[in-house]
Amino acid sequence: MLQVAVLSGKGGTGKTVVTAALADILPGRLAFADCDVEAANLALLLSPREKKRVPFYGMKKARIREEACVSCGLCKAACRFHAISQDGGGTYRTDPIRCEGCAVCRDVCPERAIFLLEHQDGEILIAETERGPLVYAELCPGSGNSGLLVHEVKKAALKESEGRDLLLIDGPPGIGCPVISTLSGISAAVMVTEPGVAALHDLRRLVTVSSGFSLSHWVVINRADLHPGYTREIELFCEEKGIPVIGRIPFDPAVIHAVRDGVLVTRRDSPASRELANIGKRLAEGLLYVPG
Amino acid sequence: MRLVVASGKGGTGKTLVASNLAAVLASEREVVLVDCDVEEPNAHLFFPSEEKTLPVLTDVPAFDNSRCTHCGNCGDSCQFGAIVVLKDRVLFFPAMCHGCGGCELVCPEGAITMEKRSIGHVAFSTPRSGLVLITGVLHEREVMSPHVIREALAYASGHDLVICDAPPGTACPVVETLEGADACIFVTEPTPFGLHDLILAAGVAEVLGVPSGVVINRSMGDEGSIRNLCRARNLPILMTIPFDRGIAEAANSGQLVTDRMPGMKDQFLKLFTRASALPGVR
Repeated sequence: MLQVAVLSGKGGTGKTVVTAALADILPGRLAFADCDVEAANLALLLSPREKKRVPFYGMKKARIREEACVSCGLCKAACRFHAISQDGGGTYRTDPIRCEGCAVCRDVCPERAIFLLEHQDGEILIAETERGPLVYAELCPGSGNSGLLVHEVKKAALKESEGRDLLLIDGPPGIGCPVISTLSGISAAVMVTEPGVAALHDLRRLVTVSSGFSLSHWVVINRADLHPGYTREIELFCEEKGIPVIGRIPFDPAVIHAVRDGVLVTRRDSPASRELANIGKRLAEGLLYVPG
Repeated sequence: MRLVVASGKGGTGKTLVASNLAAVLASEREVVLVDCDVEEPNAHLFFPSEEKTLPVLTDVPAFDNSRCTHCGNCGDSCQFGAIVVLKDRVLFFPAMCHGCGGCELVCPEGAITMEKRSIGHVAFSTPRSGLVLITGVLHEREVMSPHVIREALAYASGHDLVICDAPPGTACPVVETLEGADACIFVTEPTPFGLHDLILAAGVAEVLGVPSGVVINRSMGDEGSIRNLCRARNLPILMTIPFDRGIAEAANSGQLVTDRMPGMKDQFLKLFTRASALPGVR
């Protein structure tokens, strides 16, 4: 099955609006995943019906059994993440936020007083939308492991998308752990950018990362008419990299109004929705999938 | 004082607020601006200036093949899947390694020593008088953002006034930036996304015990739902920035709005005064 992710590098360029538009207009049997697990917004637009919640366990966390601890301090000395400290009374404690679950403290403890404890970092939500299943996630406040959670969201989404033509993924911003986890195994990336010095800078870094994966690239320029100069710079960059620009969405207040009203942009006629329809067509042609 | 500008959702205007705040304060006192969005650092685009860089190094194991007996202890001990021991060799995946040193400790043959590997750099510049810019940069194809953030912040420690431009999101990189900060300014926008992600991000600051307030960006005067949320969560609204094409244009072309629209300077000074007076700020 085809897997297509919508990415951007810079946040706030319009990934989720584009993903939701494609969810509405792409042909065939679709499935969806929101891999922006730290701030998942796709569900706000696709109004899904929740079916199931599955706990997500990230890396285990070290815990010291106070009654067995002899306060030798070896664990604190060995921990490279400064996750072990002594409280006012001299008791050694681990900090679940700093702990990366490496288990070094457990292995150096001569009293075997340290063990690793399963730690729930969030939940994976499996839901149903008009066009197909949606898998997304919620992280507990202060929890990490978002790259691992992206991996789990994709795994669950693949399971849900049996018999579907295309898994459409709303991706995270940045170029780090969650993005690399999103890029692995997908067929194509649609990169949403906007004419501005920061968005272009960030797109360049994203393309450097994504070009290490074997996938096809497309670029969509959002609010393309706001700064024709930067739009031209983006086009030149894409030409140089051989990346087709498959859409130039004009700045259109209809987009903000639709988002605020909780209506899909593509359900109302506007300059932006017309260009989004074109992008959907070009993408469907480019992906060469046969809708079932 | 260390003040973090964060948001949850990306693209709400963190860099706009952090860089203008730093520029305005720098005309009165020494300020260090730390760009902690190490995956996509953008503050330097607003302060073009000559940079000096230092590498960010992390510990990775080096394997001495002549001593290795392929016993597999290192592979078993690695919790991150960075080491796979085969019958006749060891496979090591540097990007997965957290540099914990566990493998070195469990190797019975002394075949592992920890070496340094560069995963990013920190750039230093003094773009205008009173302002030091410290930028953490994660190298492309690397994943250990928190480590680069930690290093960038370490260079700023000891300074009287540090402003941090945080990464988007709510996980490890944000926690690394927020932990131990004196106060946090959340920049949000009046959309369902902005509201939703503000709730998540405010939850992180609460867990970490960092006093927080809110800047509403791109206001069109109809942000009732954000105001209600702020009231309910006891988050003071510190500043409202109107939806304005001039501001967007300045930001998109790498200009500071406070340079282009001098009237904004006072508003950023007020933002600082209010943020410094958040309940709980030392």
